[in-house]
Formats: sequence, C-alpha cells, structure tokens
Amino acid sequence: MNITVLLSMVPDLVEELEIDASGAALDTQWLRYVISESDDHALEQALLLKDRHGASVSVMALDYGDADQVLFAALARGADEAVKLTGIPEAGLGKRAAAATFKEALGGIRTDLILTGVQAIDDLDAHVAGMLGGMMALPYVGVTRSVEPSGEGKVLVQKEYPGGAAAEIEVTLPAVIGVLSAPQPPRYVPVARIREVMKTRTLDEREAVPATVPAEPAIIRLFKPESAEHAQMLDGSPEELAEQIVKILEDRGLAP
Amino acid sequence: MSPAGQDVWVHVEHLKGRVAGHTYELLGKGREIADALAGRLIAVLVGSGVRPLAETLAADGVLYVEDAGLAEYTPGSHAAVMRALVEKEAPRAVLFGATSMGMDLASVLAAALERPLIVNCVNLQVRDGRTVATCQMCGGKLLCEAEASGPVVVTVMPGSFPAEAGLAKSPPPVEAVPMPATLETVGMRAIRLLEPEPGDVDITKSAVLVAVGRGIQRQDNIPLAEELAGALGGTVCASRPVVDQGWLPMSRQVGKSGMMVKPKLYLALGISGAPEHAEGMKDSDLIIAVNSDAKAPIFDIADYGIVIDMYDLLPALTQALQGRKA
Ligand SMILES: Cc1cc2nc3c(=O)[nH]c(=O)nc-3n(C[C@H](O)[C@H](O)[C@H](O)COP(=O)(O)OP(=O)(O)OC[C@H]3O[C@@H](n4cnc5c(N)ncnc54)[C@H](O)[C@@H]3O)c2cc1C
Ligand SMILES: Nc1ncnc2c1ncn2[C@@H]1O[C@H](COP(=O)(O)O)[C@@H](O)[C@H]1O
Repeated sequence: MNITVLLSMVPDLVEELEIDASGAALDTQWLRYVISESDDHALEQALLLKDRHGASVSVMALDYGDADQVLFAALARGADEAVKLTGIPEAGLGKRAAAATFKEALGGIRTDLILTGVQAIDDLDAHVAGMLGGMMALPYVGVTRSVEPSGEGKVLVQKEYPGGAAAEIEVTLPAVIGVLSAPQPPRYVPVARIREVMKTRTLDEREAVPATVPAEPAIIRLFKPESAEHAQMLDGSPEELAEQIVKILEDRGLAP
Repeated sequence: MSPAGQDVWVHVEHLKGRVAGHTYELLGKGREIADALAGRLIAVLVGSGVRPLAETLAADGVLYVEDAGLAEYTPGSHAAVMRALVEKEAPRAVLFGATSMGMDLASVLAAALERPLIVNCVNLQVRDGRTVATCQMCGGKLLCEAEASGPVVVTVMPGSFPAEAGLAKSPPPVEAVPMPATLETVGMRAIRLLEPEPGDVDITKSAVLVAVGRGIQRQDNIPLAEELAGALGGTVCASRPVVDQGWLPMSRQVGKSGMMVKPKLYLALGISGAPEHAEGMKDSDLIIAVNSDAKAPIFDIADYGIVIDMYDLLPALTQALQGRKA
C-alpha cells in the first residue's frame, strides 16, 4: 500500500499570539510553528500501517513555517520519502488553497491512501482532509481513531462519535482519511536523530502548481475573547490559595 | 419547495433513532437567519425509517430522503444525498453541527460544490444581507469574525445557542424527496457501531471531577490528581491528550468525542480549555481552573482561576482538604 501523509504547520499555542496591523491576520513575524497535532497523529497512523502490514509512506508539506524540520522529523520517524512543495507564500496558504495545491501535487503520484489531520487550529475552513476528499471526488471519512487494512484494496476505519462510541466503516481505496488520533501516541525521535537525517537525506522539492479556489469568506477581524464571565482570579501562596479554595467549597457545601 | 435562493437549511443529525440535541440549537438560530434573509428555514432529514423524527423539528418545512441504503450512516452516502439536494435547490446557507458527522459532510459538500466553508462558529448573524459568522480558532485563544455574501456552508459548535426555539410545538410540513443520488459509487459501507468500552467509573455521575490535561506532563503524576480527587470525594477525568497517551481510559475523557459532564465541581488542572474540551464541561455548576498560562481560554469559562504551576499548588491543596477530613 502506498500512503501519502499531508503535513501542515500551525502556530504554536504555547507562544503569545499577536494580531497584525490589518486586524484580520496573525502577525507571522513572531509566530513559532509546530506540526498540526492531528497531522502528527495521521503520520503515526501511516507509520503503524507500515510497521504492522508493510506500506510505503510518503510525506508532503507546503514550504512555509519550518516545513524542513517537520519533513526531516517525519523521515527520522520512519517515512520513506518527503516532498516539499515550493513557491508558497511565507505565511502559508488558506486551507482551501492548501487542499487544492495538495490535490494538484497528488495528481502525478500513485497513492492508495491519503492521510491527514481532520482539523487544523488556524483557519476558518480548517478541514483540509474533507475538502480534499470533496475536491478529488474520493471516498472520505474523518474523525478516525484507527485505520486497518481490510482485504484487497480496502481499509477498515473507526470513526469516533461522542461518548466514546465509534462506527466501523469499510472504505474502498483510493481514499482520503481525516485522522483525529492514531491508536497509539506519535512516536518520539530524539533531536540528534533528526539532525543526522538532515545530513544524510534530502527532501524532494517540487514547484507547487498554483491552484485556483472559489472566493473564500472575508475575514473582518481576529480578536482575543474578552469574556464578561472571565474567572475571578485568586492570588497568594500555595497555602493561601488552598485555603481560599477550601472556603469556596465550604460556602457551596462541597467541602469534604 | 422552490425557489430556494435565500433559504437556510439545517442538517438533522441523528443516531440510533434520536435527533442530536444540537440540531434544535441550529434550528433556533437558523430561524433568525432565515427571517433576516427573508428565506425559509428547511430541515433536511436523511435516513431510513426516521420520518417520525421530523415532528419535533421547528422549521418551515422538512425535506425527507429515505432509502434502505441510508439506514446506517456513512459520510459517503449521506454526503452524496446532501450534495444532490443542495445542488438542485441552491439554498443560501447550509448549517451542520461541528460534530463528527457534521465536520465530514460540511467539508466534502463545500469543496465539491465550490462553496465557502466556515467552521466552529459560536455566533451567526445577517448584516446588510451578508452572513457574518464568529468562529473559534487557535484552541479558543482567538475569535474570528468573517462574512460571506453568497452561498455558504457552516459548522456550528454544539452548545452555542439555546435549543428550545428549535423544538416544534406542532409538526412541520414534510416533503418526501425521492432518493436523489446513487450509493453505488460512494466507496464505503458501514460495518457496525462500536459501543463505548465500559469504564471502571461513570464520570457523568460524579458530583466532583478533578480533570487533568496535558499540563500533567507525565503518567507518574496521575496519582497526585487521584490523591486530590480522593480528598475531595471525587473522580479523576481528563482531556484528550491524556487519554491519547494511554494514561487514562477513554471512559474518563471529557469533551466532543468524550463525555458531557455537569458536576457540582469541575477542577481543571493543566487544561487549556480548547473548544472541543469546553463543549463537554462548560455547564458544570462550579469550575475552578488551575493553569500556568494567564491567557488560557479555560479562564473564560471558569468561575475561579489560579495562575500557578499545578505542582506548586497540589500538595498544599490536598493537604488542606485531608486536614479538614481528619
Ligand atoms: C474532532 C475533535 C474532537 C476532539 N475531542 C476532544 C475531547 O473529547 N476532549 C478533549 O479534551 N479534547 C478534544 N479534542 C482536542 C482539543 O482540540 C484539544 O487539543 C485538547 O482539549 C487540549 O487538551 P489540553 O487542554 O489538555 O492540552 P493543551 O491545550 O496542550 O493545554 C495544556 C495546558 O496546560 C497548561 N500547563 C502546562 N503545564 C502546566 C503546569 N505545570 N501547571 C499548570 N498548567 C500547566 C498549559 O498552560 C496549557 O494551557 C478534539 C479535537 C478534535 C479536532
Ligand atoms: N516527532 C516529530 N514529528 C514531526 N515533527 C516534529 C517532531 N518533533 C519535532 N517536530 C518539528 O520539528 C520542529 C522543531 O521541534 P523542536 O524539536 O521542538 O524544536 C518543530 O517545527 C516541530 O513541529
């Protein structure tokens, strides 16, 4: 089975997010990027299929925000090949344009299974996976927690529902799957191993074919929530704080 | 039921013969949007043998598509039907829940029909004839206001609007639509529904929950939370990353794909308060949040907040509670 995993970089939420002068976009100057969490799980899902059943895993990313790091890390984790699509604006692309760009790039590749994260955190239309399924007119299932081979040219996926329930669905390949979680946490590779891979392997760089997309919704403004119901903040030493909490619980009849 | 140019459609989500609660929230909000656009509010019900569900839907009309092949939900079959209907009737806005089913259908439909997609909305309005949506982004750290002047596909966070307005007082008119799509080419088939694995405890029944998030950092730290929960007479639950790591079973997960809880006390430790987590706990009676990041979105839904490294607070708090009991 040939698997292609699409990886995207998103703002690291551990860092402060600044809105730029336009008021409608993040200020990319201070942005630190990390791999999108569900894409990370999509890669793990692909590597598990490779480990357990044999598969070749190709990863692909648009060239912005530390794409090299993410692609080399994927090679270090066990991907067979890494494709970087160049000619991308520094701030990346909207998710619809990203999906369309991936679609163009996938046109020339023989792939049975396209895996990517079900949702990114940084856009209005965050579902690259589903939009790609719709654009490519391939079977699409999202919000999965497991993907297993199921006979010739098929996979069996578990799609999560609320309350820990799931649907088991058999999907005919080629298909696009939007992964929420892999059956096990993304494997860790030491930074030293990633550095080694950066010296010994190369990325397959390809010029992205510009994709046309329909009008995207116009962003009026980005803003930080200013909730009227913001929590009442407590202050003090750990002991004082503990006392205050106990008092709050006592007042509500919740203290033990 | 045409022309439909200004109509607002709501996808009716149902599982095991029951309408999902957020569908009524969408209908309530959809009513306002449809009125402002001078269109009709249409509920779209797709399945097999689920016609009785239409009776509870507050809408100007229900489009009902029935086929034996639609009995078990798959994204492929239901997207094929929704797509054919939307293509034919061209409603102005199509609303889905930001749920496992809604996310799939909305994204496939929007791309296939080249309509703009706006996801994770917490508010919707019509301004000067345009649809204006406010959405959560960056794990709840940002809100984004965006507008679409033409047709649009939207997913709405469950819990964003009251449900009462969407519950019908009298049955709406129902139009049965002949099956508009073929299911032969959808490339998937439902095998079975997997029930949740029974957990050791039912966290939805616990009056006191001590919830741990990624801030717990290591599996070895879970016992600290357990000790605190013990002192409070409560139960430990978790956000998704903790469950993904295998540190606690799925039955302890709170949120979109986990449990909906409403305890008397929800003590959140090292949880950022991402929308998908908040969805499952924001209606708790009392929320106390402990987080080292003063900007964590959890503080927007908590009653009390403490900015501190949880490991500085936990021993003192557990001790204070144990001291009282002794
Ligand atoms: C379709 C879908 C379904 C989902 N379903 C769920 C679901 O059911 N439940 C769920 O929880 N999530 C769900 N998620 C994931 C969700 O989007 C978030 O990724 C998740 O809730 C984040 O968990 P967290 O708050 O523990 O981690 P993070 O967002 O990483 O937050 C960790 C927090 O801990 C704080 N912290 C770190 N160290 C310390 C310390 N020493 N002391 C105090 N604070 C500290 C940090 O400041 C941070 O705020 C879903 C996502 C998708 C796309
Ligand atoms: N295991 C991994 N898989 C994919 N990308 C990774 C992994 N570890 C680190 N990265 C990426 O590599 C870059 C540097 O990460 P760090 O090692 O945290 O400085 C970041 O952009 C990460 O997203």
